[in-house]
Amino acid sequence: MASKPLSARLTRNLNAKIAALPMIITTLVVFLGGTIWSVVYSFTGSKLLPKLKWVGLKQYDRLWSNSRWEISIENLFWYGIFALVLTIAIGFLLAVLLDQKIRFEDTFRTILLYPFALSFIVTGLVWQWLLNPEMGIQHIVRSMGWESFTFDPLYNPDLVLIGLLMAGLWQGTGFVMCIMLAGLRGIDEDIWKAARVDGIPAWKTYLRVVIPMMRPVFITTLVIVAAGIIKLYDLVVAMTSGGPGNASQVPAMYVYDYLFQAQNLGQGLAASTMMLLSVLIVLIPWAYLEFGGKKHA
Amino acid sequence: MKLTTKLLAATAIVSATGASATDLEVTHWWTSGGEAAAVAELAKAFDASGDHWVDGAIAGSGGTARPIMISRITGGDPMGATQFNHGQQALELVEAGLMLDLTDVAEENNWEEVIFPKSLLDACTVDGRVYCAPVNIHSPEWLWISNKVYEDLGLPVPQNWNEFVESAPAVREAGKVPLALGNQPWQANTAFGAIQVAVAGLENWQAVNMDQDLDVAAGDAYAAVFEAAAAARELAVGSNVQDWNQATNLVITDQAAGQIMGDWAQGEFAVAGEVAGEDYTCLPGLGLNAYLSTGGDAFYFPKLDDPEQEAAQKRLAALLVSPEVQVAFNLKKGSLPIRGDVDLSEANDCMQKGLELLASGNVMPSGDMLWTPDTQKQVEDLMVEFWMSDMPAAEAHERWVEILSMD
Amino acid sequence: MLEASKMVDRTVDAMSGPRGKKPKKALSGRNIMIYGILLMVSLYYILPLWVMVMTSLKGMPEIRMGNIFAPPVEITFEPWVKAWSSACTGLNCDGLSRGFWNSVQILIPSVFLSIAIASVNGYALVNWKFKGSELFFTILIFGSFIPYQIMLYPIVIMLRELGLYGKLGGLVLVHSVFGMPILTLLFRNYFTSVPEELFKAARVDGAGFWGIYFRIMLPMSLPIFVVAVILQVTGIWNDFLFGVVFTKPSIYPMTVQLNNIVNSVQGVKEYNVNMAATMLTGLVPLVIYFISGKLFVRGIAAGAVKG
Repeated sequence: MASKPLSARLTRNLNAKIAALPMIITTLVVFLGGTIWSVVYSFTGSKLLPKLKWVGLKQYDRLWSNSRWEISIENLFWYGIFALVLTIAIGFLLAVLLDQKIRFEDTFRTILLYPFALSFIVTGLVWQWLLNPEMGIQHIVRSMGWESFTFDPLYNPDLVLIGLLMAGLWQGTGFVMCIMLAGLRGIDEDIWKAARVDGIPAWKTYLRVVIPMMRPVFITTLVIVAAGIIKLYDLVVAMTSGGPGNASQVPAMYVYDYLFQAQNLGQGLAASTMMLLSVLIVLIPWAYLEFGGKKHA
Repeated sequence: MKLTTKLLAATAIVSATGASATDLEVTHWWTSGGEAAAVAELAKAFDASGDHWVDGAIAGSGGTARPIMISRITGGDPMGATQFNHGQQALELVEAGLMLDLTDVAEENNWEEVIFPKSLLDACTVDGRVYCAPVNIHSPEWLWISNKVYEDLGLPVPQNWNEFVESAPAVREAGKVPLALGNQPWQANTAFGAIQVAVAGLENWQAVNMDQDLDVAAGDAYAAVFEAAAAARELAVGSNVQDWNQATNLVITDQAAGQIMGDWAQGEFAVAGEVAGEDYTCLPGLGLNAYLSTGGDAFYFPKLDDPEQEAAQKRLAALLVSPEVQVAFNLKKGSLPIRGDVDLSEANDCMQKGLELLASGNVMPSGDMLWTPDTQKQVEDLMVEFWMSDMPAAEAHERWVEILSMD
Repeated sequence: MLEASKMVDRTVDAMSGPRGKKPKKALSGRNIMIYGILLMVSLYYILPLWVMVMTSLKGMPEIRMGNIFAPPVEITFEPWVKAWSSACTGLNCDGLSRGFWNSVQILIPSVFLSIAIASVNGYALVNWKFKGSELFFTILIFGSFIPYQIMLYPIVIMLRELGLYGKLGGLVLVHSVFGMPILTLLFRNYFTSVPEELFKAARVDGAGFWGIYFRIMLPMSLPIFVVAVILQVTGIWNDFLFGVVFTKPSIYPMTVQLNNIVNSVQGVKEYNVNMAATMLTGLVPLVIYFISGKLFVRGIAAGAVKG
């Protein structure tokens, strides 16, 4: 490369740069520029229209003393913990079951994965219908004779997160299962042979050998699923609109409502900056693990 | 004969289009059955005048639709006209010079004189210029009561909020819900607004909402308001419905004794074939202080570059306020007209009650006119939390005063 | 990120099925348990689809009295017809059909543009590295994790400055921008696996940047293009947030219109029409899923990075 004349190197660089121009503009203007713009204006008192009227940390003060925001964070926290643990646990268990050299593997996989092709809006509407107390599951169980059966998560502030979880898990576990299955298939057959020779029971092999070996797969899945959970929006809009009361409010809805509905740009942007921060908290340690040790390919 | 009619019709169309027929896209959030029928009246009138109404309905509620409208206006792709609740919702858009000045239309059509109550025009006026055309008045301070529930109990139908609260234990005993309340955020807020003026009285209400006197807001009169709201919260336990019309339906089907809801609820009673005074009772101002706030809807016209479209916008503005359109629209919508000089003899009992209050001047401006959307949103958030939890009245009161103090 | 991309490839390999012999004994206790669990889980997964289809084929009276799980006594396609061609939002009573065509109009240019850009990006990143190219790539990948909410307002301003707000072109641009991280990653990983000798030989023959791209890379990478198309078609079709913020009623995509139709209650809520509308909207990605099989798996595994 160094042996080539300087002019040739420049042209080559130029060509690639021109070709990569859309990418460069996107990263600089949209991703970096947009983010910085939002963060900057979160320190202003902008109402409906952006104005550089500095108010320091006032928007953040107000945000963190606002009980709806607190509820949103709390909801997201509990939803997130359960969604994360359950999708990964169930996804892994299903992958293990599918990996038992069974018949009809393709059929099962097709069934478990199809919800992932559907949008959150479609998912939310279907589950809203299934959980409708007058017509859905509750009604069916009652009409079968269990009159006092009550299951109306979308109308009960204490249970509404469970309703969201049922739909969220339905939509997302199949995908985690696929990744886990790939991870399981990536494990050397010899390890299984060795375990069998030593007489170690299968469940112990999974626990002691396979899961530790699949650590990178688990971490990546965790990051992907977690980043998706922080953005949770469409599903809530379609299923509950944040209700009953504030019981299923999430940060993304707060951002949207304050940006446009309450016409308080500064407040909405402060909230979205907090969302960004939480994504970074998930992302940076992972990026460090991923890129920190080894050389970039 | 047939030929002549056809010819006439054809020439009519030609001349109408010839007179610079212009397409105007109009956005609004009127999508329920009665609302859509009312919009159809507006569209019909506008089309008949030679222009063309391009309907841009956005489903959901104002809360869903306004963000879309605002981002379109600030995004540089404005519609021809758009609904807002008159007041501060569009204030900043007006101040930023994004809205068309309608002052000449207002002067030409003498809005100053015909629009009643005058506060409606004031809400459209910024620095002496008119920026919107009001189309209707909606008042949320009504209590709707099922007469049958009380007949079955052998009790007289309550004539005000206090009697209603007293009768509640008997209703509860009969296995019915005293107060129907839906889960949508704005409903809790509406109920609170109605209790506010009913319990605190007009003077205190004005001190807080118009003069922004926080001492009164923090005082005893409002402590009583919050106590009353907490009591109402108890009455609403057990009404697990989402939409406001589902809650109204509980009253219609006599599963609940009453509902605090705006005058638009009577559309539901009408559809169900119920008769005001016989099957249900309506109490403006909850029967205590019969004042109605005169909020409502108005159309704003974003500035467009095209002079032809601007002319069409002004034609539409004039048309919306004209007597014929006012009658046709408001009868379908179940709302009150924005001018006192039109004939609404077809209106039903409850609507007549509203008209009387309006004529007697027992009116006050609406929250949309007095508070910023930011403050309103925060109050709404607080109310949702208050109604759906067991937050003590004193705590809600304190937080409410704090929100108002930031306006 | 590398790990994620490696997994994408492994996911696909994994789809070639388990290794080793098929089990001989069909009815051991262990097998009964495995199949039992799998069948029950499958039931949970199929149920919503079943209910959706059944509800959409019933009349309203049957829905009100009946069992949502039961098949219709009397099959009617009325709800489907209504959902497609006459359900109302305000005065517009042309059902989902308009949203469908809008979605198609948004879809085709978005898919084409985003893939064209991303494939060139991936190619440049692998074979024509320049100073800072990896940095841009890293920021791009980080960008895919940024909550969209934080970018909404700046993008409104950008589109306004470009004069594209509320136009199909604006939404196409937004989809291309937000599809870029994942697609670039996809192509970059694919081109890395192309033997470098091919590239070098072409250089010796005097081929330039575009020459190599069009004559060597493009013909070789047909499968990955198919994956990218599947990924983008489902992703863009299912989008709600961008569709709602950056368009206007006359060009609403199908998901937004679905939400509108379901939420405008005129009188009685027509659950059958709602479910038919929901089915219709979900049909496009479902058909793609069932037809494309393993390639779809590869697409969504890659798409997962997008969240």
